[in-house]
Amino acid sequence: MSKKLKGHTFLGWLTFAMIIFALYMALVHAPVERVMGVVQKIFYFHVASAWNAFFAFFVVFVASIIFLKTRNRKWDIIAKVSAEIGVVFTTIVLVSGPIWARSAWNRWWVWEPRLTTTLILWFIYLAYILIRSASIEEDKKGVLAAAFGIIGFLDVPVVFFAIRWWGSLYHPEVVKGSGGGLHPAMFQALIACVVAFTFLYFYFLQKGIFIELSRLRIEKIKEELRAEN
Amino acid sequence: MGYLSKILNLVWKDLVIEFRAKEILSVMLIFAILVPIILAFSLNSAQETTENIFPGIIWVALTFSGILGFNRTFLNEKQNDSLLGLMLTPVDRTAIYFAKVIVNFTMMIFTEAVTLPLLFILFDFRFRGSILTLVLVIFLGTLGFTSVSTFLSALSANTRASEILLPIILFPIIIPVIIAAVQSTGIVLVGASIGEIASWIKLLGVYDVIFMAVPFILFEYILEV
Repeated sequence: MSKKLKGHTFLGWLTFAMIIFALYMALVHAPVERVMGVVQKIFYFHVASAWNAFFAFFVVFVASIIFLKTRNRKWDIIAKVSAEIGVVFTTIVLVSGPIWARSAWNRWWVWEPRLTTTLILWFIYLAYILIRSASIEEDKKGVLAAAFGIIGFLDVPVVFFAIRWWGSLYHPEVVKGSGGGLHPAMFQALIACVVAFTFLYFYFLQKGIFIELSRLRIEKIKEELRAEN
Repeated sequence: MGYLSKILNLVWKDLVIEFRAKEILSVMLIFAILVPIILAFSLNSAQETTENIFPGIIWVALTFSGILGFNRTFLNEKQNDSLLGLMLTPVDRTAIYFAKVIVNFTMMIFTEAVTLPLLFILFDFRFRGSILTLVLVIFLGTLGFTSVSTFLSALSANTRASEILLPIILFPIIIPVIIAAVQSTGIVLVGASIGEIASWIKLLGVYDVIFMAVPFILFEYILEV
C-alpha cells in the first residue's frame, strides 16, 4: 500500500510542476492579445479543461464497454471516477466560457453549437452520476451506468450536429482557421496547458480509483467483522 | 413461433391490459392537452406569434405526456414480479424490448391522433402543408423518442425513485429528436416542400437507427440483473 502511495506522490509532484510550467507559459510567455487583452488568457485553461472533459467522457465510454464485456470491477470504477472528473472539468468550461464571452462577444451566453453541446454534455453526465447515486444494488448499478455511459457518449455527436444545423453563429475557429490562427507563443502555451491538464486528469483518476478501492476494502472488512460476530 | 409472432404476442398482451385498465392512455391524453393549455397561458400566445411557437408546443406536449406514460412501461411489470415471468418466457430478450417499443409507439400515435386535431382547433392554426409530410415527420420523431424512452425506462425501473430519474436521464438524450422534430414540423406546417426538411428528416432517420440498434445490443444487460 505504501509503495502505491509513493506512486501517487510522484505523479502529484509531476503534475504540480507541469501546472506551474503551464501557468508560466500561459501568463508570462504568451503575449497579451491585442484586442481582447488579458481576458484572453482564460482561453488556455478553457480549452485545456474542455479537452480533459471530452477525454474523460471518452474514457467512460471505453471503460463501460469493457466492463460490460469482462465484468471486471476495475473498469466500472474507472468509468465512475472518470465521469466525475469529466463533470468537474465541464463545469470549469461552462464557467470560464461565459466570463471570456462577456468581454469578447459582450454576451454571457450564445446558443452556439459547441457551447450548447457542452451544456447538454454536462447534463448527460450529471444524469450518469445520478444513476450511480440512485438506490440500486451495487452489482446492478455498474451495468446500468455502463449502458447509459455508452448511450450518452453516442448521443453527443448527434446533439452537436442537430444544434449546428439549428443555428450556428459564433465561436472563433482559432486552431483550424487558415488566415488568423495563433501566435506561436500562444500555441506553445496552449499545448503546455493541455498537457498539464491531462496529467491533472490522470492524477485525479489515480486518486479516485484509490478512494473507491479503499471503500470496497472497508466494506469487505465490515462484512467480515459482521460475520465474526 | 417465429421472432415476429413472439413480439406480436407480447404486444397483444400489453395492449389488452391497457385496453382493460385504461390507466396510462387516459393520463397521456389528458396531459397532452393540459400542457399546451398551460403553455398558452404562460406564453401569452397572441395570434401572430402562434405560428412560431406552435411546433414547439406540440412537441413539448407530446414528450411530456410520453414520459408520463413510459414511466409505467416497466414499473407495471415489476408488480407481482411479472417482469421475472416475462424474462422466463422462451423469447429473446430483445423481443421484449421491441414489443415494449411497439406498445409505447402505438400509445403515442393514439395520443397524437386525438390531441393534434384538438390543438389545431384550440390554437386556431391554419394548416397549409401536406398531411403526408407531417405524418412522416411525426412518425420519425415519435419513433426516435419512443425507442430511447423505452430503453431508459427499463433502465430507471431498476431504481427506487424511477419516476423522478427518468425525465432527468431522458431529456438530455432526446434533444436531437426535439430539435429536428420541432424544426421540421415548423417548416411542414407552413406548407414547405419535403426538400426543405430533407436534412432534418435524415437526422431523425439516423437518430432512429442509432437508438434502435444500441438498445437492441444493450437491452440484455439491463434486464439480466
